[in-house]
Amino acid sequence: MRNDTYQMLDPTAELSPVIRERLAPPADLSNATVGLLCISKERSEEFLDSVEAALSQRGIRVARFAKPTHTKPAPEEVVQAIVERCDVVVEGLAD
Amino acid sequence: MELIAVVKRDCETCGLVVPVLGTLAGQCTLTVYSQDDPTFPEPLGGARDDTSLEQSYHRNIEIVPTLIRLEDGKEQARTEGWNRGEWETVSGAAALGPELPASQPGCGSRSQEPGMPERLALRFGARHFTSRRIDVEALDDPIELAYDRGWTDGLPIVPPTPLRVARMLAGTGLAPDAIVGRLPPNLIECTVEKVAINAVMAGCRPEYLPVLLGCVAAALKPEFSMHGLLATLWFSGPVFIVNGPIAKRIGMNAEGNALGQGNRANSTIGRAFQLLIRNVGGGVPGEIDRSVLGNPGKVGFCFAEDERDPAWAPLNVSRGAAPGTSSVTAFHGDGVQAVGAQASRHAEELCRSLAMALWAVGHPKLSRFSNAILAISPDHWNIFKAEGWGRTDVEDGLKHALKRPRSEIVRGVGGVAEGVEPGDPDELLDKFHEGGLVIVRAGGPGGLLSAVIGGWSAQRNPQQVQIVTEEIRG
Repeated sequence: MRNDTYQMLDPTAELSPVIRERLAPPADLSNATVGLLCISKERSEEFLDSVEAALSQRGIRVARFAKPTHTKPAPEEVVQAIVERCDVVVEGLAD
Repeated sequence: MELIAVVKRDCETCGLVVPVLGTLAGQCTLTVYSQDDPTFPEPLGGARDDTSLEQSYHRNIEIVPTLIRLEDGKEQARTEGWNRGEWETVSGAAALGPELPASQPGCGSRSQEPGMPERLALRFGARHFTSRRIDVEALDDPIELAYDRGWTDGLPIVPPTPLRVARMLAGTGLAPDAIVGRLPPNLIECTVEKVAINAVMAGCRPEYLPVLLGCVAAALKPEFSMHGLLATLWFSGPVFIVNGPIAKRIGMNAEGNALGQGNRANSTIGRAFQLLIRNVGGGVPGEIDRSVLGNPGKVGFCFAEDERDPAWAPLNVSRGAAPGTSSVTAFHGDGVQAVGAQASRHAEELCRSLAMALWAVGHPKLSRFSNAILAISPDHWNIFKAEGWGRTDVEDGLKHALKRPRSEIVRGVGGVAEGVEPGDPDELLDKFHEGGLVIVRAGGPGGLLSAVIGGWSAQRNPQQVQIVTEEIRG
């Protein structure tokens, strides 16, 4: 008598949509640190180099990170390093 | 006329009546349903397959075998188990099963196995939920999903599946769509169904649900000021004290480690209430919950009073409940402060010793600033009892011991700026408002120890913030 779909009943007041909204982007990056996460696919570094140059030109702090391989999720230490140091993150480059 | 028989192979009486079913099949229209094996009974060529229990559920079968007579599709009579006279009455046939004993009781229907009625009610549409359903995809962990959605207090929750919630709702006679009140801070109408969902998540058993509903009723009384308790900078959260027979019925702990971990009811009822405030009310730490430090009891704080000694009047009775009533008392409490009054041997002296600890509540130089719970352990209670003291004597003794002259606690005295306003230096000031010290018996033997649970600073306004005792109903 197994349910085909595992379901949970919503314990909340249901004031927010079932599909969660994305976090709103920050209004201002002037005091933020922007992480640039290279997924280690071809041309990723070149793409992020140009993003870094554009941000630095505007006086925005940048920190660079890289996944060892684009075939797997980022290792926890990379995720934690981004959380520790950055306010927002740009991930690239995929196809 | 049409006959229906519901049987299962795993029932000796069902096997016994097989020849009778064969006789009836030869005389009228007979439909046999088997709950566990459609090849049974073999002499009849098997039965209709009711392993899904759909027929058994819709026909409300409690015992097998059950024989039902229908006229124009409507049930006219039924009999359970085997009784020759009753089977003859229901079927209209004569001389049934002459080789059988006159009667033999049947077995329980599979549709009545533990947890099965709720499962079948869900499966066949008799139990509806108004809460929306959140799909958990095959690769998702439901507990992680609950974290991601912000449903938890930091500890894992039990996933509130429809079946678990249906079983939880069996713990109350209230309708799932009944409104229990508006939960702060967002003043959201809260249904019994939402209470049950959060009770599942906290780890409650269905029989705890009436206590949890009592907690909700008490905390939502305007005089309790739940919104303010949530929003305060102070340490406090709701503390629930359970009195009456329900505490023993659901296995609450009033004895050793009563204020600590290890008892499911104590640990989950208070937690379920706090999850309701979070999930339905929208009260989240760092948002509306502005507590500077909080306290570990804000995960959930609920315990029962030790009522075993008739020489001690239970808290709820002292607050107006009839003896034998199950009640919950809601208090605005902080963490536990230990009192090691181990040299005391006499009642009045013990009061003075306990009073010194109680003066520390809120601040040692403040009077009528906040309330407190004093949980008296068995060994301290024995000192009072040996001198013939009961609840009112302990209350009076402590009230007397809790007076201090203004000169000792006025602002600036002792090099401490905090203190009471200047005034008559000889005036004796009370530590607590009238009724502001809640005394309960709890704990295990072996130590001359008691516990103080300090109260919320807003209790200094007793017209606005009050301790509430509420009867526990269904």
